[in-house]
Formats: sequence, C-alpha cells, structure tokens
Amino acid sequence: MSASDAPSERAASSRRSWGPLALALPALVLLVAVIGYPLATIVLRSFAEPQWGLQNYSWFFSTPVNLIVLQRTFTISAWVTVVCIVCAYPFAYAMTAVGPKVRLLLTLCVLIPFWVSGVVRTLSWVILLQDSGVINSLLRSVGLDGVRLIRTQTGVIIGMAQVLLPFMVLPLYSVMKGIDLRLVQAARSLGAGPVRAFFTVYLPLSLPGVYAGAIIVFILALGFYITPALLGGPRSTMLSTLVQNQVLSLLQWGRGGAMGVVLLVATFILLALAGPLMRQKHKQGAR
Amino acid sequence: MSETGKQRGAAIDLSAVSKAYGSFRALDDISLHVEPGEFMTLLGPSGSGKTTTLNVIAGFTEVTSGSLQVGGRSVVGVPAHKRNIGVVFQHYALFPHMTVGRNVAYPLSLRGIAKTEREARVKRALDMVRMADFAHRYPSELSGGQQQRVALARAIVFDPPLLLMDEPLGALDKKLREWLQLEIKRIHRELGTTFVYVTHDQEEALVLSDRIAVFNRGKIEQVGTGRDLYDAPATLFVGRFIGDSTVLRGQSRGDGSSTALDIAGETVTAPHKHAGGSPPVMLLRPEKLAIRRPGLDRRDGDNRLSGTISEAIYLGSGSKYEVRLRDGSTAIVRSTLTDESFAIGDAVDLCFRGEDAKLLADDSTADTSLT
Repeated sequence: MSASDAPSERAASSRRSWGPLALALPALVLLVAVIGYPLATIVLRSFAEPQWGLQNYSWFFSTPVNLIVLQRTFTISAWVTVVCIVCAYPFAYAMTAVGPKVRLLLTLCVLIPFWVSGVVRTLSWVILLQDSGVINSLLRSVGLDGVRLIRTQTGVIIGMAQVLLPFMVLPLYSVMKGIDLRLVQAARSLGAGPVRAFFTVYLPLSLPGVYAGAIIVFILALGFYITPALLGGPRSTMLSTLVQNQVLSLLQWGRGGAMGVVLLVATFILLALAGPLMRQKHKQGAR
Repeated sequence: MSETGKQRGAAIDLSAVSKAYGSFRALDDISLHVEPGEFMTLLGPSGSGKTTTLNVIAGFTEVTSGSLQVGGRSVVGVPAHKRNIGVVFQHYALFPHMTVGRNVAYPLSLRGIAKTEREARVKRALDMVRMADFAHRYPSELSGGQQQRVALARAIVFDPPLLLMDEPLGALDKKLREWLQLEIKRIHRELGTTFVYVTHDQEEALVLSDRIAVFNRGKIEQVGTGRDLYDAPATLFVGRFIGDSTVLRGQSRGDGSSTALDIAGETVTAPHKHAGGSPPVMLLRPEKLAIRRPGLDRRDGDNRLSGTISEAIYLGSGSKYEVRLRDGSTAIVRSTLTDESFAIGDAVDLCFRGEDAKLLADDSTADTSLT
C-alpha cells in the first residue's frame, strides 16, 4: 500500500465503524436515559443534599446500624447464592439428562414462578413459613417442635433463594447442555469411578455456569427489597429497606443516595476481586 | 510401556454374546476369540454391531446374554472403570480443561501413582506418540491428528493389557489417516498390547490387522486374515465388502463335481460343488478376469462372457474397467499397462478360469447393507 492510499483507507474504515454505532444509538440513548440519568442523580444527591459535602457518607460510616446492615446484606446474599447453587445444580443437571417432554415440564417449573409477581410469591412464602403455617403444621403433625421461620434470616434466605432460583438454573443449564457426556465416559474408561469422574471432569466443565449464575443471583440479592421486607424481621433488615426508610419516611434523599452508592461500590470491588479467578477458569473451559 | 514385549497383551473371549435394545438385536449370538497381543479389527458397515461389541468389551454396554472374558477373567458386570482397558474414541474425548500433560497424567493420578513416576511415564507415552513438545498446550490448540495422538498416549500410559479403538481416524483426512495407521502399527508392535480396532474402512483394516472380524447385521460373518477374507470369502457379503469384486448371477445347474450358470444365454462353469439352500452366485476378483477383443482364442481360461466397456479408469499402474454384461450386471476388471487398452463402448470378452470363481450362496441383502 502506498502512502497516498492511507488517508482514503482511514476514511473508509471510520465510515465502516460509524455504521454499527449509528444502529446502536437508540439503545444507547435508552440506556443513558433509564440507567445513566437516575444513577447520576443518585450520586449527585448523595453529595449535594442537604448541602454540598461528604456529610451523608460520614453519617453512613459513623452509624453502626448501617454497617451491620451492610454486612448482613452481603451475608444474606452470599447464603442465597449458596442455596441457589445447591438447589439449581442437580435440577439443571436433571434438565440435561431427561427426554424432551420432561425437560419442557422442568423448564416450565422454573419459568412459571419466574412469571409470577415477586410480591405474590413472597406472600405465598408468608403462608408457608408463618408460625401456624403449612411447614410448622406439618412438623407438629409428625410430633416435632415447630421452628420459627417467619421474621428470621432463615426465612428471608429461603424466600429469596426461591425467587432467584431461575437466574441460577438457566445459565447452569445452558453450560451443562454443552458438556460432552462422552468425556465422562472417557474418564470412566481411564479408571475413574462415577464420583471421581464427576469431580474431575463434569464439575470443572460446569463451573462457568456456576460463576455466571452466582454473579447474577448475588447482585440481584444485594438489592432485594420486597422479600426481606415481608418475610424478615428487625434482625434481618437488608440495606434496601434502610434506603426506603431514609427516602420515603425521613425524606433524606442524600442519605439514601449515599447508601446506594456504597452498595454499588462494594459490589464493584467484590466483582473486581472475583473476576480474574473466574476469567482464568473460563479460559480453560472454553479453549 | 515396559520392554517385556509380547507377553503383555490380554486374550479376549466373547461367547454367545447378545445385546438387544427392545426388539432390535444389536448383537446376535457373537463369539470371538482374540489372541494376546493380536491386532484384531472389527470391520463392518454402520449399524452392523462392531461398535456395540467394542462398548461391551469396554464396559459401556452390558450384554443381554452370553459371557465375556478379558485376560481369562469374566468381566460381565464389572464397571468400565475397574476393567483397566484403554479406549481411544473417534471424537478424541480429551478433557478441554486440562493441558495435554494433565490429560495423559489423569489415569495415573487416579491410580495414585507418585508425581515423579507419573511425570516420567507421561513423558514416555508422549514420546511414543511424538507429542512430547505439546505437554503444556490445551487440546483446543491442537489439530485433530495431534489430539488423537494425545488421546492414544492417554490410553496407553497406564499400561492396559488391552487397547480398544473406535474409528480413531474417522474424522481425519486421507493423508493424515494413512500416516497415523503406520504410527498405530508401530505402537502396537512396540507395546505388545492386544489391540481391538473398529472401522468401516476395509483398506484400513487390511493395512492394520493381524485378523479381521467382518460384521453384518449384528452377526460375525467371517474371521480371518486379510488374505483369507479376500481369497476365500465365506459369504457373499464378505466378498463384496473386502476389495473389488464381480458377482455373476444366473440360472444354475449342478452335477456332482461342478456348477454351471446360464447368464443371458452364455454359460460359465466352475469345478466346485455348491452346497446350501440359496441359489449359487460366482464371485470373481478383478485380477482374475482377463479382458480380450471378441473372437480371440480361449487361452485365458475356460469361461467367456461378452460385454461392452462402460467405464475405463487409468490408474497409473494399470487400468480399471467396468464391463456391462449381457444380463445388465457390471463386472470389474483390472489390467496392467502391458495389456491392450480399451475405450468406452468397445465390445469385449471376459475370460476366467473356473477354479478362480468362488461359489457363494446368494444373499440379496449383501448389496444393500454395504451402504
């Protein structure tokens, strides 16, 4: 290529790169309008109300209850993620192992609750979990003591895990259905019993699905509001309830904003820490 | 992998093995003996039961009835991971999340072999398949032929007395396949392990095997060396499946010592007696047929059929002709360069000696199951 060709070449390549961008423009505008603008407003208000400065953040970190609730939010979310993995893993595996008809049924079992409003599902859990509810009646009918589930952290974790389960099942299923089961057969021929074959071959190959599901569930759990508010008690309050309290009851928009920003930044830090580990595993699985 | 050589292979005995899936009999009363250290190929079209037989030996499929011994020990009901049999799959089946080195070390780790010995044996196995420089690569960074060599190393690294290979070269192109066939032969010679190799490619079977078992419709039609199968096929199916052949069909007449066929007004005779219920057919190998201008003397044999050339293929070392006979069937003839050459449409005579014709029972399914 001679030097005189270069400018026209560059012009052509810039024309090419503008095309796709123009096509993405409506989506970009929408994203900026519905996510970027509110987010910017929250950050701005956390510094600007009632007056400019860091007073909202110094309030957040100097009030012990905020820190306790922040820590509890992360703990509950982590437990919800663990419960989801434990429940979704065998379920997603079953979805790959059965015939098409049963698979459809299992998929509907995941998706139908997904289409039902979270409020309705949470209220159903109230009926199931309350002291005179279905679970405790069953326990008593077989002669066991009832357990306190409603207004406890356990109740919140159960309810949230059920609501978030589809977000774990679906990514797990999509990864598992791509795993070549003949690899497990190969492991068997090389001397691995069923358990060893699972832990050395199937599990590592399914980890990308576990990571994807875990990230989605964990992040969604951090911001959960309805389920902990309805199923939880004062000892299982999560951060979004405190935000709601600040904003709607006390009209402290700045403090509410600061809490949101703290949660967001904490989530980013966590993801940044977990990211390299997962990327490495991904690369090995996908290569 | 040790140098003790030929003692290392295990014998295999399948006796009256059947495998049924519902009403479909994938294996129908199969009996097969494989000698220790032998290279046995299971050859047949798809769906003939050869892969099912391999899966039965590997332990991936349980038999419906019959007995199976490996190294003199019954393995019926023994799970695959306790049989200590190496398996190489057509689809390589390398673990994508492990490097080549860790793939090959996998069966050794399962057996609790210490790290230093493990590394030495991995290196020896990779050396044997000439892949030692690739130990740190991932399988997805290798070509198909390289992956299959790694899979072979992984299947021999734990010194199994028996190695099963299920169309291992099926996914590779012809050049690579031919080279790897020679590699597999070399490795078999060096290891002294019993090899059981599944393929649908009769040329591959002839190149590799000590003996070949020809499968058709869940049964073994014949077991023998390549030469046995080519020169003395036991059934029409075997004759058609191994090498090129011409099948002559016609009205048959037999006396005590010879059999004659009337083919559209011409008569050919073979000095053999036909036994068996089905009408006889004659099977002739291309090199046993001579092609001549019509009307010349009968010095090339006592039988003569007239026809016209329908296809002439120049092969370099000679020519191959397809000749349309009077009854509409096609004969295949190979001639060397010194012979006269013919063009499409030429009228010719085909001559052969009666003793070169194999008399076999007709089997109308032999042609259809070839595809």
